[in-house]
Amino acid sequence: MYVYDQFDQAMVDARVAEFRDQVRRRLEGHLSEDQFKPLRLMNGLYLQLHAYMLRVAIPYGTLNSAQMRMLGQIAAKYDRGYGHFTTRQNIQYNWIRLEDAGDILADLASVGMHAIQTSGNCIRNTTSDQWAGAAADEVADPRPYAELIRQWSTFHPEFCALPRKFKMAVIAAEADRAAMRLHDIGIRLVKNAAGELGAQFYVGGGMGRTPMIAPPIRDWVPIDQFITYCEACLRVYNRHGRRDNKYKARIKILVHELGAAEYTRQVEEEFAHLLSQGIEPPAAELARIAAQFTDPPFETGLPDSMDLADPAFARWVRVNVSGHKAPGYAVVTVSLKPAGGIPGDASAAQIELLADLARDHGFDELRVTHTQNVVLPHVRKADLYAIWQRLEATGMGSANIDRIGDIIACPGLDYCSLANARSIPVAQAISARMAAREDEIGELKLKISGCINACGHHHAGHIGILGVDRKGVENYQLLLGGSEGADCSLGTITGPGFDEEGIVGAVETATEVYLARREAGERFLDTYRRIGMAPFKEALYG
Amino acid sequence: MAEVQFRFRNDELVEDAMVTVDAFGQQANASAVRIEPGDEPRDLLPHLERLRLVEVNFPAFTDGRGLSAARILREAGYAGELRAVGDVLVDQLAALRRCGFDAFAPEVPLNEDDARAALARWPAAYQPAADGRAPLWALRHGQGA
Amino acid sequence: MKLLTGNDLKSGAVIWWDGTGWSLHVEQAADVGGEGDVIAAREGAARRVVAAYVVEAEGTPQGPRPLHIKERIRAIGPTVRPDLALRPADPALGEWVI
Repeated sequence: MYVYDQFDQAMVDARVAEFRDQVRRRLEGHLSEDQFKPLRLMNGLYLQLHAYMLRVAIPYGTLNSAQMRMLGQIAAKYDRGYGHFTTRQNIQYNWIRLEDAGDILADLASVGMHAIQTSGNCIRNTTSDQWAGAAADEVADPRPYAELIRQWSTFHPEFCALPRKFKMAVIAAEADRAAMRLHDIGIRLVKNAAGELGAQFYVGGGMGRTPMIAPPIRDWVPIDQFITYCEACLRVYNRHGRRDNKYKARIKILVHELGAAEYTRQVEEEFAHLLSQGIEPPAAELARIAAQFTDPPFETGLPDSMDLADPAFARWVRVNVSGHKAPGYAVVTVSLKPAGGIPGDASAAQIELLADLARDHGFDELRVTHTQNVVLPHVRKADLYAIWQRLEATGMGSANIDRIGDIIACPGLDYCSLANARSIPVAQAISARMAAREDEIGELKLKISGCINACGHHHAGHIGILGVDRKGVENYQLLLGGSEGADCSLGTITGPGFDEEGIVGAVETATEVYLARREAGERFLDTYRRIGMAPFKEALYG
Repeated sequence: MAEVQFRFRNDELVEDAMVTVDAFGQQANASAVRIEPGDEPRDLLPHLERLRLVEVNFPAFTDGRGLSAARILREAGYAGELRAVGDVLVDQLAALRRCGFDAFAPEVPLNEDDARAALARWPAAYQPAADGRAPLWALRHGQGA
Repeated sequence: MKLLTGNDLKSGAVIWWDGTGWSLHVEQAADVGGEGDVIAAREGAARRVVAAYVVEAEGTPQGPRPLHIKERIRAIGPTVRPDLALRPADPALGEWVI
């Protein structure tokens, strides 16, 4: 994976010094809160319900064991002993003191990490497929391209005061494991008949109060022009995105109001101009980066068979372990969703154990998924039993990936100053109640947001839940039929909302409709798409 | 009108009368123009040869349209003074410089030490912009140290 | 009654105006009546508080209780981590918040 050279290191070190200075000027009164807020947000520092919150970037969700260990140490030293992995493959800490922020950033910089552009109206951390470099179905490893985007977008002087936040994702397979079309820019790397690599651009997707699936803007951008194309997309947005209304300022609204064709025309015009401006990094830079994403030294001749005599282990292998491109290896997804637990939270000790596992068994590599879990991408099948035992012993052995208990949930009203309702207790109640039925139900992606901003991806859940404030009381709307995958779709609200206890029952009712009506091989989503909303409505409200 | 507090040019300060982008095309003797956030900077491109001063107004520092306007003018070859005015703050100076601004007339004068520190902050830049600074990829591959 | 709340600028901790200064404990909060905005502006300028605002509350024998659940969660801590609550051992806490 990518390792900072002296130049990268000098940039993050300068950022630490800059932020220390900004904090000093705030505390000494040279900066008002109105002036300071956008600056601290550009460094991932929010003021949340209980304290400052710091969001640390994990570029395209990839990190090594030393970095993961540092994340655990920060949780123990500066926070209250835990961190929360987010849907943008980052981690955030809930109990940060402004006075400590500079020291935390310095600790992060010591392992090549930072909080740059993890919030604010700028280009955010680029996300990617958590199986990059391990998946059998990718046409290329998307991470070198995501790293190119990281460098291009970091401290981009023209795009540091955009109309609104800007999120990008890069994938390189037909399967979409990164919700690519729900980003401001989604890029899929593809190969043409000649075997050349190019980039498909989807622009104007997003969730929030106006969910939209990004339309394709261009089928093929030559790979040696794709940064320039990104620049053109951003310039049109920076100049023409709406700034009169915060809720209409995302690029999806611009693309929608102009129409995809007109937006594309403007981008193409800007792109033609920018091609002469020397924006694109040279092939040598891509080669330098790509050389750091080569395969680890896989052993050959390893067996693919495993001793599955222990039924609990066998179940975990069936649910949490996926195929790897190298024989004898597997991809492990560690669930941070114990039944009744807080989705995405991990204690300092758990984070450090994950670092140990990567060091001992995983070529030192880890990934964070947008579903708030952690992946060990390159594990010998022969090591799986030992890994599982260590996970089991530390509360991370749940066998529920993509099952109803593997819930995406935003922090909600327990932590977030924007939230209207609590998300976590609903997730806890559902995962506790449904845990015993996960095998029977099979794949079911449940996603919960505590407000309309949709950080919990409720629009894209097979079952989605949206918390609202109804006259000061928490209320929960139910949505069905969303998907973040290659078959991307937005969920539909079933009808009137439910109270906290009622929403748990409503989810159970919806799964019962599915179990009664499913045909062979159908997932919940397939059955919903075949039979439509009516039978569910009848069961929920009839 | 605010004083020019920082200027990175050796030529004489331009004191010509300022006109709007809309008026500039019609006034054949105008040489100074003020760009507001919604203006089209490319309207000025046919008149670059008589343009000596472009003032770009930032009514709020959070509105980054002026950053694109500045780069567009520099990309088209404009070499005259590019002055940022309005809500120009210490922490925007580095980005403004990179986008091609070479003069600053902040509405509220900036602390000189803080401003100098901000302008000297960054050891390098990841991407090319309008300041002629070689991006990191060029330094890495020996093109323009 | 009206309470004034915000966050301590340096630590970020939730704080309540007690009539003369800031307290971590909502039960010590004072009724600010119509003075909330004036106090907020003064304290904000003195950099003792950030993002201060006025909330509605009811008087109870145990002290003021904010009317909105959001402010009650702010006062105590996340409902899902009672171990991190301001008064972790208090069994009545859950009822007070919800």
